[in-house]
Amino acid sequence: MTSLDQLFVNAKHLLLSVFPSSLRPLASILVMIGAIAAVAPAIMMYLTWIERKVIARMQNRFGPTRVGVYGLAQPLADGLKMLIKEDIVPRGADPLIHLLAPVLSLAPAILLFAVLPFGRNMIAADVNVGLLYFFAISSVGSYAIFMGGWASRSKFSILGAMRSVAQIISYEVPGVLSAVTVIMIAGTLKMSGIVEAQIQNGWFVFTPWGFIACLIFFLSGVAEVNRTPFDMPEAESELVGGFHTEYSGMKFALWYMAEFLESFAICAFTVTFFLGGWHGPAIPFWILALLLAVIMGTATLLSMPVRGLGALAMIGAGVLWGLQPIPSWVWFFAKTYLLIFVLVWFRGTFPRLRIDQLMGLAWKFFLPMALLNILAAGCWWFLGQSVAGWIVSFLILAVGWWLLIQANKPAPLQRRTYVFAE
Amino acid sequence: MEAMNSTTASAQTQLLEVSLGPQHPSTHGVFRMNATLDGETIVKLKPVLGYLHRNHEQIGESITYIASFPFTDRLDYFCAMSNNLGLALAIEKLGGIPVSERGEYLRVIMAELTRLVNHTAITGFLLNDMGAFGTPLLYAFREREKILDLFEAASGSRMMCNYIRPGGVRQDVPPGWLEQVRQLVDGYPTFLDEFEQLLTENEIVKQRTQHVGVLPKELATNASVTGPLLRACGVNYDVRKVDGYSIYPRFAFKVPLGTIGDVYDRYYLRILEMRESVKILQQALKEINTASPSISPKGQAMVKAPRTFRPPKGEAYGRIEAPKGELGFFLVSDGTPQPYRYHIRSPSFVNLTVLEDMCLGQKVADAIIILGSIDIVLGEVDR
Repeated sequence: MTSLDQLFVNAKHLLLSVFPSSLRPLASILVMIGAIAAVAPAIMMYLTWIERKVIARMQNRFGPTRVGVYGLAQPLADGLKMLIKEDIVPRGADPLIHLLAPVLSLAPAILLFAVLPFGRNMIAADVNVGLLYFFAISSVGSYAIFMGGWASRSKFSILGAMRSVAQIISYEVPGVLSAVTVIMIAGTLKMSGIVEAQIQNGWFVFTPWGFIACLIFFLSGVAEVNRTPFDMPEAESELVGGFHTEYSGMKFALWYMAEFLESFAICAFTVTFFLGGWHGPAIPFWILALLLAVIMGTATLLSMPVRGLGALAMIGAGVLWGLQPIPSWVWFFAKTYLLIFVLVWFRGTFPRLRIDQLMGLAWKFFLPMALLNILAAGCWWFLGQSVAGWIVSFLILAVGWWLLIQANKPAPLQRRTYVFAE
Repeated sequence: MEAMNSTTASAQTQLLEVSLGPQHPSTHGVFRMNATLDGETIVKLKPVLGYLHRNHEQIGESITYIASFPFTDRLDYFCAMSNNLGLALAIEKLGGIPVSERGEYLRVIMAELTRLVNHTAITGFLLNDMGAFGTPLLYAFREREKILDLFEAASGSRMMCNYIRPGGVRQDVPPGWLEQVRQLVDGYPTFLDEFEQLLTENEIVKQRTQHVGVLPKELATNASVTGPLLRACGVNYDVRKVDGYSIYPRFAFKVPLGTIGDVYDRYYLRILEMRESVKILQQALKEINTASPSISPKGQAMVKAPRTFRPPKGEAYGRIEAPKGELGFFLVSDGTPQPYRYHIRSPSFVNLTVLEDMCLGQKVADAIIILGSIDIVLGEVDR
């Protein structure tokens, strides 16, 4: 009986065993590239579906219901529509850069997946500078955005691109600084090492410094991928579409794909750095299988044979692997999609900040807080992770938080009283 | 704010002219703002109107008085009922037509329901302009839809009601309608509480709206701004109180007044006005059954205005407190079935004149919400 946890790893080894041993390194690379190239678009397509469904529920709507059961084929229909739409390049635009920009935006978004540990031993390239690689690659996106905005020859695009570059550069600083604490405590830049460190020491988010770093990292990430409430560059109500105003058809789809993949990557890396990565409590798999079987069996929109077969398959899986713990990749995706739900939740509830308020948040609040956080993490470490360490780091952060809020308080925000004339 | 407006003295900077509109997601129709930007700050802003001009006034001068009612629906298409009421008041003044008692009550109910529709929707739109991805708007539209259903039951149309006539209303409401209104009105404060819970104390909403687009009291009165925009500056002017038209003096209600005159005040004032409207509606619904049914022999509120209605020579100005401000209809009669002159003082158009003054020195994003807070409907601006 195979291990469910190592299912994909074993499958890969099985596939590689057909190659002669001299070709195996090359084949291994190609298999992993192929896997990522296949998984990334699927993730992106169903992120759009999840986003539309969740937001619709928040807004008293149903979301897509027409194409496929529960609208599940909607992303395919959207993709087809995007493919066959006319591709418009504005007059006076630079056609080459106009074409290159979305491609350049998508490429780093997919490259990020290379160092993402999807599960135990499930990492395409476990390089020893994984964290640096993440920051280096994720900041390439701002070039693409500026190229796209500049090449479009539209004022809205340029304004959007300018905002975007300013925003991405600003938010990278607190993002990197908050991740510095992880390097300090884990003692490595390697992704697998960071997860191992959390298995030994407990998830970083459950420490005072880790909690703050997680918040700053996640919110900076949200700002970097231009999601609400930081979606300034594509502020629909002001700049029409921001840097992608002049894009249509598949080029537009590429922008969107890059944005969704980057949001997925941000959530995934937050999980890896702070939420224990693929590590999870050892709950036997049959509980999950039973839960899935119930969900499949009660999905009223599916036809009866599909429901029955689905439930049976889940029960079968439960019988086969029931006593093993829930596999690491399930934990990874569960945590990541939880954070993605938070992103969508933001989108469904928050109004947008103004550009100067956004910059103020990065430079006046996140940056000093991230620096203080390094101090707090250091204290926590050198006081031997004892109760004293907890108290000291908590105090540093609490006092810093309070002081920063006091210092940054915009004076006029107040509760107002209104008079009534007869 | 001031420090951010000045450009760096040594740097060579260029102003950027951006034409926001007429096809733009946030100009509330085909409206255009020619904005000159210094970075993100607005240094000049010129509103460009006229994309939706439909010759309404000229058409009104070539058709009979009564035939203008369907056209008024299309002025401010959120508030068809109020627009009808404004024209009806002007015609009644011109022709000296008495109004049936039940008709008066129905008019007040319709006008106040219209106020609820308008203020609810505009609050949602304002949040949309702020970048909230449709959620407040759709919550607002859920309530708006309920009221529109009532309008449909009474008049046959959700938005283009064409319901109010000189002398009363076109037809009586169907049986059970008043009970439905009562239920809706009684439930409305709960919805407003829910709405406020999400928005009024929201940190981002406050940051975006407080002290943004401040309109000074003097400028507002000099530019003859009316409606919530004026009252947000703290000027106590509500045509319902000043004129006491229709049967408004019978109801106990108050006029909420703002203090600073920024976008937040305008937002909150609309919430408070809705609460006052609910009070008026509750009183009107209580009293309507005790009112004498009608002057017309059938015991109905219906009034048949003759197609060949020829008012005596003269002029009349009927004005109401429409949800957006003072809506006035100026009619000059030369004794023929058509008015000699037919003019509309539309609040959207007049309120729009202070747009540039409010936007100067603010960011682009602020200009959008300032425009949203003025609450314009292009059908009324361009007529």
